[in-house]
Amino acid sequence: MMQRRAFLKLLGATAAIGSFPGIARAASVKGRVLIIGAGYAGATAAKYLRLWGGEELEIVLVEKSTTFVSCPLSNLVLGGSKQIGDLTFNFSGLDRYGIKRLHEEVAAIDAGQHKIRMESGDDIPYDRLIIAPGIDFMWDKLTMLDNPAAQEAVPHAWKAGPQTVNLRKQLEAMADGGVFVIGIPKAPYRCPPGPYERVSQVAFYLKQAKPKSKIIVLDANAEIVSKKGLFTKAWAELYPGMVEYRPNSQIVEVDVGNRTVKTEFESVRADVLNVIPPQRAGKVAQLAGAANIDQRWCEVDFLTYESKVLPGVHIIGDSVAAALPKSAHMATSQAKVCASAIVSLMQGDAPDPQPVFANTCYSFVSDKLAMHVANVYRYDPTKKIMLPAEGGGVSEMPSEQEGNYAQYWAKNIWSDVLT
Amino acid sequence: MLLKSGQRSAVSSRLFASLLLLLLATSASAEADGHLRVLAASCAACHGTNGNSAGGTPVLAGLDAAHFRLQMKAFRSGERTSTVMHRHAKGLTETEIEALAAYFAAQPRMSAFPPKPLGKL
Repeated sequence: MMQRRAFLKLLGATAAIGSFPGIARAASVKGRVLIIGAGYAGATAAKYLRLWGGEELEIVLVEKSTTFVSCPLSNLVLGGSKQIGDLTFNFSGLDRYGIKRLHEEVAAIDAGQHKIRMESGDDIPYDRLIIAPGIDFMWDKLTMLDNPAAQEAVPHAWKAGPQTVNLRKQLEAMADGGVFVIGIPKAPYRCPPGPYERVSQVAFYLKQAKPKSKIIVLDANAEIVSKKGLFTKAWAELYPGMVEYRPNSQIVEVDVGNRTVKTEFESVRADVLNVIPPQRAGKVAQLAGAANIDQRWCEVDFLTYESKVLPGVHIIGDSVAAALPKSAHMATSQAKVCASAIVSLMQGDAPDPQPVFANTCYSFVSDKLAMHVANVYRYDPTKKIMLPAEGGGVSEMPSEQEGNYAQYWAKNIWSDVLT
Repeated sequence: MLLKSGQRSAVSSRLFASLLLLLLATSASAEADGHLRVLAASCAACHGTNGNSAGGTPVLAGLDAAHFRLQMKAFRSGERTSTVMHRHAKGLTETEIEALAAYFAAQPRMSAFPPKPLGKL
């Protein structure tokens, strides 16, 4: 991390990269790639641009936060088997790749002039821009929650960090026999199985600490979006009588003071209320004008992740409009296709015409039991989209073995993204 | 060195085999500039950067190519049971499995660097 002035001075200087095996062999590319957002997608793009683009490529990572908090495993903080500090990292592991970091907000993006403007007023030009801003919440759909006090009382906890800790504290403070209500937005949203994993984790905690309590799931979707059979079975077997699932129950109104929500059909009062709001592409994508699908998601070319509306601007991760799950592994896979394509383009080569990648996503239904959904995805040159290949699917049942794999999935992906 | 013709052909076929392997490895690393490096990197979520696992899953870096190929084929056929790997093995083509085998065999083994959690906040 460095101060802005020092950083801007450094932008003109040559990057000092410690010798790292793998870089030496890479072809060198000249130019500056600017990345906004250092979550799973953005941080991965930065690292792999260096691995594949060689030492002369200038890589600048702009991220307002100085810490990385993992959304994967963050539901375990609610269950009590993880602390938020276990999932929180800094970005120093990326320094050995000679990636310049700037922890500041972006004020504007001028795609026509190939430059961004920082909040300080300084401009930073680029040859290629990658935007990886994650998601933003559509508070206009739930205006009663559109202020910090309301979000403190009714946390979303859909970006891991203080919100996650807040929700855990509310659960700890709830009396035995209390009602936890969770609202799930219509898909697409970040992490398709995430809300149901959360239900499982809250049930895991309540069963031990407050067994008379109840969970009401208000799902805007017609059915459980991901791993349906597995979650239904896990709730019935592990937490019998505790979870009540109500489909087609979109929350349209929130009475923050009384912790009461309204759906089209009913009014439901909670002791602890967790409303996961509808989502769209992150703020920077909106700022850039890249969210061209329903003003919500960003349409991209799946060979390069270049925006369909902003040449030279690439979008990766949860902001992308795709029939692909908005998962961390997916974000890293998109980042790698994008990094590889940018290196090819800057070398004057054509990008890979048929990318193939995998997605593996685990969900915990207790502190130890987990289950997966896994797929290989393959580019379809006719439809010009990524399609699931043969063989994908979900676990037959949750198991401790998969719980162990899930913990190591996290350790490996954190290493891949952050060091 | 005097060799009988049978021995000579054994030597030359061994030589040919290693030349072929070298060629495959070279073409694999040339390929790796595009399609293959992304596909191989997709394994990193569980098996670490360039197949250098941070623990809990097999290290793929430097793994014998024939062993890799046989395991993937066994996952595919169901001969070797697995939790997740059969899904990925079935989603890949035989050519991709061959290419990945050569790619990972050529990666140097290194220690992974799991980032240190900041801990109590």
